[in-house]
Amino acid sequence: MHEVPNNTYIKQLANGNTAFEEKLIAIVKREFPEEQAEFIKNYKYKNYITAAENVHKLKNKIGMLGMEKGYQLAIDFENDLKVKKTILYPEFIVLLNQMEDFIMNL
Amino acid sequence: MNCIIIDDEETARVIIEQLCDQVENLDLIESFPNAIQAIKFLNKNDIDLIFLDIHMPDFTGFDFIQTLKNPPKIILTTSDKNFALEAFEYDCIVDYVVKPITLTRFTKSVEKAKTFVDKVVAKPQQIDTTATENTISETDLYVNIDRRLIKINFSSIAIIEAKGDYIQIKTDTKNYTVHSTLKKIQEKLPDQLFLKVHRSYIINTKKIIDIEDNSVLIAKDVIPVSRSNRPELMKRLNLL
Repeated sequence: MHEVPNNTYIKQLANGNTAFEEKLIAIVKREFPEEQAEFIKNYKYKNYITAAENVHKLKNKIGMLGMEKGYQLAIDFENDLKVKKTILYPEFIVLLNQMEDFIMNL
Repeated sequence: MNCIIIDDEETARVIIEQLCDQVENLDLIESFPNAIQAIKFLNKNDIDLIFLDIHMPDFTGFDFIQTLKNPPKIILTTSDKNFALEAFEYDCIVDYVVKPITLTRFTKSVEKAKTFVDKVVAKPQQIDTTATENTISETDLYVNIDRRLIKINFSSIAIIEAKGDYIQIKTDTKNYTVHSTLKKIQEKLPDQLFLKVHRSYIINTKKIIDIEDNSVLIAKDVIPVSRSNRPELMKRLNLL
């Protein structure tokens, strides 16, 4: 997947308000690892329905980071997990790792 | 137009808060991480608009809507496009916005909601015209001051004055400053008792002491009466 995360949306939203930008980034930095860990735990224990909910929640952050293909991947993976299909897991994990690197360096 | 946000995800709440901040004439009153807290709040407060996430644990956005007897207008905020059809089965839902929400899309949605809110005819509390003073005194209004809801009897209100984004409610015993508009409070007041006599003043007609030219005396306050409102005021008086 040739797509890299970006902070264009965050910058547009902040509209020059650096205090808001810092606040939002701090929340994302706190929430993302929790959501990521929750997803991995549920997936590992084959709680696929709950894992689908975790993917749903992560979708908002994927969209925030301007990853349109990643967003579609999350939609597809969420739907797959609801019927216990796991074929998109490796691709989704790559996406999460990419996001993690980007978020932690914001 | 005032609003609240209900979303279990803090990132989403903060984003919508920021968007609210960038839209004129939209007052964000409170943000809630779950629907239960919001229901408690709505039982005691009048809200024009709710930004509501559908996909929340335990209690979904649709579950929440079904608990409301008279739901305010609702804009659904979601990462899921699959609920769009279901959403429009509810009259109270005015729009459906997919995250991440841009300012342009958000503004458009709020404008749409505003047209619905403006159409709503406010229903002031019904008062029998033959009611006694005692009956009137039982009819009251709750105002939100520093997160406390304070009860004010209609019959105790003498004057309501517009002061920028606030109104000052002058009662027999105390004055209250509330973040609201004359238009909003007028919708809550019984027409039989209250009259807007000037763009900045609503008065309780029972409290008038005397009228002179284009002003009325209420307690120790002289209140201006605009020319256009004078005929209605004169109609209300029991002239000899």
